[in-house]
Amino acid sequence: MTSTMLRPPVVRPPAAGRPGLRHRAERLWTASPLTWIGLVLGVLLSLFPFYWMIVIASRTNDAANSWPPPFLPGGKLGENIQRVLDNGDANILTGLANSFLVSGTITVATVFFGSLAGFAFAKLRFRGKNALLLIILASMMIPIQLGVLPLYILMAKLEWLNTMPSVTVPFLIGGFGIFMMRQYAEQAVPNELIEAARVDGCSTWRIYWHVVVPALRPAAAVLGLLTFMEQWNQFFWPFVVLADPTNPTVQISLRSLNTAYFADNSQIFAGTLIATLPLFVVFVLFGRQIIGGIMEGAVKS
Amino acid sequence: MSSLETTAPPSVDPSRSRRAARRTPSGFPWLTRLDLRVTPYLFVLPFFVLFAIFGVYPIIYTVWIALTDRSPLNATISFVGLDNFVELLTNDPQFWNAVWNTFGMFVMSTVPQLLIALMLANALNRRIRGQMFFRLAIAMPIITSTAVVALIFSMLYAREFGLANWLLDLVGIDPIDWRANRYASWFAISTMVDWRWVGYNALIYLAAMQSISRDMYEAAALDGASRHRQFWSITIPQLRPTIIFTLIISTIGGLQLFTEPLMFTSGSGALSGGSEGQFQTITMYLLDVMNARFRWGYAGAVALVLFLLIASVSFVNYLLARRISSDK
Repeated sequence: MTSTMLRPPVVRPPAAGRPGLRHRAERLWTASPLTWIGLVLGVLLSLFPFYWMIVIASRTNDAANSWPPPFLPGGKLGENIQRVLDNGDANILTGLANSFLVSGTITVATVFFGSLAGFAFAKLRFRGKNALLLIILASMMIPIQLGVLPLYILMAKLEWLNTMPSVTVPFLIGGFGIFMMRQYAEQAVPNELIEAARVDGCSTWRIYWHVVVPALRPAAAVLGLLTFMEQWNQFFWPFVVLADPTNPTVQISLRSLNTAYFADNSQIFAGTLIATLPLFVVFVLFGRQIIGGIMEGAVKS
Repeated sequence: MSSLETTAPPSVDPSRSRRAARRTPSGFPWLTRLDLRVTPYLFVLPFFVLFAIFGVYPIIYTVWIALTDRSPLNATISFVGLDNFVELLTNDPQFWNAVWNTFGMFVMSTVPQLLIALMLANALNRRIRGQMFFRLAIAMPIITSTAVVALIFSMLYAREFGLANWLLDLVGIDPIDWRANRYASWFAISTMVDWRWVGYNALIYLAAMQSISRDMYEAAALDGASRHRQFWSITIPQLRPTIIFTLIISTIGGLQLFTEPLMFTSGSGALSGGSEGQFQTITMYLLDVMNARFRWGYAGAVALVLFLLIASVSFVNYLLARRISSDK
């Protein structure tokens, strides 16, 4: 666990020696009843939609549309999931497979290219480095909408419309990945180690592979998690280029469910459950690292 | 840091000296020089290749296309100068409707979102049991996609059997048709955005709060400053860069709002954002122009104006946030 934390826990200096003073300082950070109420309310609001998803996904459609609304899960979850999987308009199994393929490929590529470029920007000397870094930063501010039309035309020319390369290739490496790896490499890779390797005659590639990669592993794990989550949830661009419902990503499958079956809420909710489950598993396994990554990114920027 | 150093020195390798001897710089000095010169560029090359093809080229093409009347329906393309922009800015009520909706929902979602996130972060920053549980629970909405959020909340806001109307009914308020009424639909969509992003922003604020020196609070407490006072006089000014950061992120995201309003209605024709475009956003309008009306040149103009709006609002936010916190 500790090896994947991006930042060492803040070591707080012990409070002043006098017991009275220390007591006072400690009391500053105790939680008031109001704090607890706020937190519990926040947690309830934050978790309720997940619970609601299970409730509706496990009910018959009639029960889902009853008054007052149902508040307890029913016994139809398996049946509803089966109906989603069989739904010929949504093709959710294809969608899941495609989403795994696309998100997985982008994740691997982002970690690899991000660590290469991050290492170069943090530790190597080359002309124009700062200008190039500035371009990368600027690229992060550009919304995809700006170029959506020519990008669409380009995909049509490449004959990539309705295929997975159209939603994979443009996103193989983004500014965020490079930036995150650069920030981490700066402090995690000791210059002496690189110098020593150079003296030994190591090529830059060998330094990357044998010195930099092991040191960047914790940040690479977090970058991989964040990238996978982000890509799994992509909607806008797939919506533009994947118009053919027979070859969707999972989010586009959900869209088809919504278009085709307005009233069938239990089926739609079973679909959302299926689409969320992979990231739920990721979150249960690596939630601490994900949170660490988000908080770390905040301090850096 | 300590955890890093334990994983760092893999170069201690028994066979190293032998291999190193074979590759000693004096062996192929030109190769080493080439390596030092060229390899850094090779390492950063993948990004720039992709960015040139899928980033820069489309943007330049957008600028060009916006000056033409290109359409898949037209056999020829003619240059029309700034006509598209003139029409967009002076004679297109639907575009301005979309701008109004987008900004309305942006303000309606961002202000409460950041305020609630600040309060939650402040609570999380106290000494509480089960810290990790609270953080995880509050951050959990980030695993959902915007499509999932939109579908779940669409049902909460259903007219007939929705939970929101049921709650209103409990306190004796008549049911609301969340899709028909403009401001009701804005509210509904804003809650979708907020539900997903409050926890994320709270974590960012929490991280920044933890890096504020505790001595400041202790000194303020000694001077008799209340917690409330400490929050406004220490926490908020110290968080200034973080608040600017979240504002800019929210601006970029908020002005691109798309999935939530799209999925708020079911069926085809969702791009029109309600029967009278009550919640059609700029991005929805862009796709409407591009894929339903096939006015590609005009769509290029919409895309450029959207980008300029995002850039200028981000800049204004930046100035405002700097101003406000330095006044304190």
